[in-house]
Amino acid sequence: MTTPATNKPAVTKLMAGNHALAEGAVQAGCDAYFGYPITPQNEVPEYMAKRMAEEGRVFLQSESELAAISMVMGAAVTGKRVMTTSSSPGISLMQEGISFLCGCELPAVLANVVRGGPGLGNIAAAQSDYFQSVKGGGHGDYRLLVIAPASVQEMFDFVFWAFDLAFKYRNPALILTDGLIGQMMEPVTFREPTWPRATPVSFDCSDWALTGARGRPPRSIKSLYLGDGVLEAHNAKLQAKYARAMAEEVRYEAVETDDADLVFVAYGICARVCRETLARLRAQGVKAGLLRPLTLWPFPSAWLAEHAARFAHIMVVELSCGQMIEDVQLAVGNRCPVSFYGRTGGGIVTCQELTTVARERIGTTVAA
Amino acid sequence: MIYKRPESMQLVSTHYCAGCGHGVAHRLICEVIDELGIRERVLAVAPVGCAVLAYDYWNFDVTEAAHGRAPAVATGMKRCNPDKIVFTYQGDGDLAAIGAGEIVNAANRGELISVFFTNNANYGMTGGQMAPTTMLGQATTTSPSGRDARREGWPMKVIEMLAQLDGVVYAARCAVHTPKHVREAKKAIRAAFDAQIAGAGFAIVELLAACPVGWGVKPTEAVQVIEQQMIPAYPLGTLKQVAGAAPAAP
Repeated sequence: MTTPATNKPAVTKLMAGNHALAEGAVQAGCDAYFGYPITPQNEVPEYMAKRMAEEGRVFLQSESELAAISMVMGAAVTGKRVMTTSSSPGISLMQEGISFLCGCELPAVLANVVRGGPGLGNIAAAQSDYFQSVKGGGHGDYRLLVIAPASVQEMFDFVFWAFDLAFKYRNPALILTDGLIGQMMEPVTFREPTWPRATPVSFDCSDWALTGARGRPPRSIKSLYLGDGVLEAHNAKLQAKYARAMAEEVRYEAVETDDADLVFVAYGICARVCRETLARLRAQGVKAGLLRPLTLWPFPSAWLAEHAARFAHIMVVELSCGQMIEDVQLAVGNRCPVSFYGRTGGGIVTCQELTTVARERIGTTVAA
Repeated sequence: MIYKRPESMQLVSTHYCAGCGHGVAHRLICEVIDELGIRERVLAVAPVGCAVLAYDYWNFDVTEAAHGRAPAVATGMKRCNPDKIVFTYQGDGDLAAIGAGEIVNAANRGELISVFFTNNANYGMTGGQMAPTTMLGQATTTSPSGRDARREGWPMKVIEMLAQLDGVVYAARCAVHTPKHVREAKKAIRAAFDAQIAGAGFAIVELLAACPVGWGVKPTEAVQVIEQQMIPAYPLGTLKQVAGAAPAAP
């Protein structure tokens, strides 16, 4: 029940990122939302409480994130488009259910409006949940489809994309964003986005969902495979699915990389800062570029492997102590020096400091 | 009357041990589902525990849930599918320990689900460890000198606790170790489904069940354990039944 494209003029509103994410979910046809309050994403459940009721859909505030992700699972086994959102400590609690969703091959959309950690950390923006998002987090061999918006418009658009990915692969898709994008306000145009989505995806679950055993044999949804070799076969099936996603779903933006000496690699809010910085650097005569992964898993490793040898220096910028840099290093190998710049604890990378650091890095590298 | 396999049960052998109460509990639920004619509307949640494979025995749609999370999974199912009949089947470790938060909050919200709670006073599946429902003095693999209230707390009276909540419209404790008790248990299971069908609220039936292997006794002795130890600790009966949730007249 995606809101159909009509002849009505597109509506543009000034919204906070969290509200745009929530409205995107509503317009993408989200049937049910379950969530638990946690800063800095409370605007999502608050908005959904009102809007889902208006639409006659399901909203429920759970007693915990453990329960929220389990409610998501309950909706997902019946083939519904279901979503939950949280922030870092809450997402940690959800890892149990996320592993079950992957093991049971269930579609769901999750969003992590990341805050500082570890532990309670603080409530300011951070990107320190990258490992948890793309490397697992929960138990077992599984992957999430992880996408990273960098604007309030993308908070709206990427929910559509996330539902596409979740249903195409029968696997949870995670929108990895942060407290800054969640809180900041920008204009958002309500429209059914065509990019970076690919071909239309079917939301028809009639061949597997639990709908009651009427006129067909009973169905069970499970991740338990006790027989000899059965779990290994199940894992092979999951891995084949992930291999397909790696082949088909990688999305990135390469900005002014054709002639670049220095290339930033950054996602989300840091990509915004890097884009501004590269313009400043170019004005100063430094040929800077930006690789911005839109999919953090699957990661644009192939692009880096192909192009890295052309660059003098790759600088990974994150609001963490260095997490995505490991995937960059894996892809780049010894083709190009890779360095890191990051802030944590609510510190935000500024264009000014990044310009200074980048000039130091490129100077050192070129001289060497 | 011909005694036959309910349509809601599959024609398979179960993995349950001799003298275990799960088989009887499964069958009673299936008989009631057949009698209510709701098999094609049922969505069930199997637990983590001895009944983890219940979906292989039941002839209706079933999902698994993480340990203790069955009431939350059932909440998601029922909220999105109010026309379906949703129930969870849970053991004592699952429901009373790791899933205590989920069961209390689902009950307090008055979720329109039915919960069948098998209490055999230990963790059977993992080899007989202490559960919240383990009786005082009962030796388990993790309370080898017997449960001591000052060390491990008291047997948890789940039904009494949940009956206090306004969302709960039906709460009963039964047993499945004698024909008389089995008949009573079936009535309670029927009442729990009736409450859901009536849209009245949350319903739960605790079923005291034998675990001869976990208790280290013969099946015949396990029946005596239920009579002499469990029932005194866990009194049987209907603890709560609010108007509107009454079972249909026979």
